Amino acid sequence: MNALVINLKKRNTGRWTLWGAYALLLLAAPLLLSSSLSLTMLSQAGFLVIICLSYNILLGQGGMLSFGHAVYSGLGAFMSIHAMNLASKGTLYIPLPLIPLVGGLAGLVFAILFGYVTTKKAGTTFAMITLGVGELVFAMSLMFPEFFGGEGGITTNRTYGTTFFGISFGPQIQVYYLIAVYCFVCTAAMFAFTRTPLGRILNAVRDNPERVEFIGYDTQRVRYYAFIVAGFFAGIGGGLAAINSEIVTAEVVSGLRSGSFLLFTFLGGATFFFGPIIGAGLLVLALVWLSELTMAWLLYVGLIFMFMVMFAPGGVASLIMMNLRLVQFGRLKELAWLYLGLSVTAIIGLLGAFAALEMLYHLQLKSALGAELEFLGMALNTQSLMTWLYAGLLGIIGFSLFELLRRRFALQWGVIQNDIENQIKQRESS
Amino acid sequence: MNMEFFTISLLNGLSYGLLLFMLSAGLTLIFSMMGVLNFAHTSFYMVGAYFAYSISQVVGFWWALLIAPMLVFAMGAAFERFCLRRVHKFGHVPELLITFGLSYLLLELVQLVWGRSAVQYPLPSGLQGAFFTIYGTDFPKSRAFIMLLAMLMLLSIWLLITRTRIGLVIQAALTHPETVQSLGHNVPRVFMLVFGGGAALAGLAGVIGGNTFITEPSMAGSIGAIIFVVVVVGGMGSLSGAFLASLLIGLLQTFAIALDHSAMSVLAQMGVAVGPATFGYPLLKLTIAQVAPILPYLLLVMMLIFRPKGLLGTREG
Repeated sequence: MNALVINLKKRNTGRWTLWGAYALLLLAAPLLLSSSLSLTMLSQAGFLVIICLSYNILLGQGGMLSFGHAVYSGLGAFMSIHAMNLASKGTLYIPLPLIPLVGGLAGLVFAILFGYVTTKKAGTTFAMITLGVGELVFAMSLMFPEFFGGEGGITTNRTYGTTFFGISFGPQIQVYYLIAVYCFVCTAAMFAFTRTPLGRILNAVRDNPERVEFIGYDTQRVRYYAFIVAGFFAGIGGGLAAINSEIVTAEVVSGLRSGSFLLFTFLGGATFFFGPIIGAGLLVLALVWLSELTMAWLLYVGLIFMFMVMFAPGGVASLIMMNLRLVQFGRLKELAWLYLGLSVTAIIGLLGAFAALEMLYHLQLKSALGAELEFLGMALNTQSLMTWLYAGLLGIIGFSLFELLRRRFALQWGVIQNDIENQIKQRESS
Repeated sequence: MNMEFFTISLLNGLSYGLLLFMLSAGLTLIFSMMGVLNFAHTSFYMVGAYFAYSISQVVGFWWALLIAPMLVFAMGAAFERFCLRRVHKFGHVPELLITFGLSYLLLELVQLVWGRSAVQYPLPSGLQGAFFTIYGTDFPKSRAFIMLLAMLMLLSIWLLITRTRIGLVIQAALTHPETVQSLGHNVPRVFMLVFGGGAALAGLAGVIGGNTFITEPSMAGSIGAIIFVVVVVGGMGSLSGAFLASLLIGLLQTFAIALDHSAMSVLAQMGVAVGPATFGYPLLKLTIAQVAPILPYLLLVMMLIFRPKGLLGTREG
């Protein structure tokens, strides 16, 4: 009993430091990365964290695979931008810092409206229906150009109204801090949500709906309420996005957008609360950095995604947690050499594969620009057989060595995990 | 509504509906046999069209009609064997996710191999021209061919499942995999064949859909959501339901697209003047033709409210 109390206390101090570090990170990030590009990326990451976390209420907490989450963030964005335009005309008085709440409210209302239909079913059917509703809204966005702005979208100016305390929200840094505050508050609120009775029963609905029915809960209603909560936070994220970019186009409600929320929430790790935060970071990196770097970025994203689903269905977060456990039990050292070997061989293999893929893309899409392309500072000639041979050789050697090491790694990993499990069991019984 | 418009729309709607059925049949088969919702199903449709395009340039369309579905079959079977089977133990969500990943991948690969714009994949000379002329409008041979092929397909699937030994094993493997396994049938192989078969059906639809309509990288995305609507409206896992729903949606969309009426024009006929100042003008001025793209989804929503198990679905849940 005594040990339990101390353990709980320990965990709480850990939690306070963690949240403190999170707040500090949000505060200090623009000071560390001060270029205007990184500031834009940080702002984007801020609202994507909210959206991905809200998506994970459905996917991770509730086991609901939605293909239409962009509907709620997107409609939240549209409502926010209309509210901003009304406010700058003077018909409506809303100070800018409250605009995201308008988005949240819109997300909430639309989640009440559409969620009633979509949450009638669970599992696979739910996935299909959210896709259908998403398509419905996207098709409508082309039918009502008055509201959705047609091809050009709707623009606004966020610097309306009087400045208070000298804050006009003109400079990007002020918008960043607005987003950061919302990001922190929403993260905390969503974490708190997982601890409410509703959040707990939602986990139960995910794991064993039948038993939840037996203890007297209506699973359909639990899913519905969770859907509404997720819609609210998605709307807040959408509102922040509207403030950040000052333009909203119909694309924000598209299925493609919903797909990317799904993809990156999963990549970050849906089984852990903080997984989607990593996912949002990856999403910004992929959108801004990877897409600048290579034309084949969607292919890479797709490949990484498929590998993760097959080999690490817990996402990046689960990889981190598993290795943290090794550190806790002091076993990471045994794997250090294998990790090093794995990374080196993987890099060799991937270099070959990436070079080949880049050359293929170059041939298909940019061959008019000449036979040469630049790849990591090297000039690759797509016409010469030797480049292809080298790339192929690198790939084959790298991946075969990787596979050999991976087998040893898997063995070692299994042994260590077994040891740890035994150790935990011993502790529990003693 | 005159007879001419009605007949032509009916024929077009039926042929479009039957193409939808060719796609949803494979999806329904895979779903009802394996419980896997194949998100990449229309990607196989697209791949089938592109394969047929490349093959028909070498050996002609009729060989492509035979070879392309076989290639897609091999792709589907390999995907099941090496990817899907691996995630099966994690549950349904990862299964769905991996097919979702595959749809991304196939789209990128198609763009890598065949480029980002549409390819010239024309109808073979045997299918060009009018099959018959009615009220002065031609009904193209290609559409008649789609109808013929879909009906043949329906018949052969039905015969295969209800009248053959393989069909029996497949049906039994669905509900009692352990028993079937212990009777000496290779259940994983059955699943692999079913998945490949479903993919091949999509590929076959692609071979004829690609040249009747247009072969481009967005062809999978544009039809993908409609197929899911068909499956939900028809009732999850019900082949006959999928058939009914395909025809229903095919007809619905074809008729709607040709109707130029709106609430405004109806009101105007009744003597009510509607102008830009009237309340709800953007909604009133929409013609049925403009609303056509969202009708299947509206149908989906209506269906879920009033009959959640679908037209011929057997189970709720």
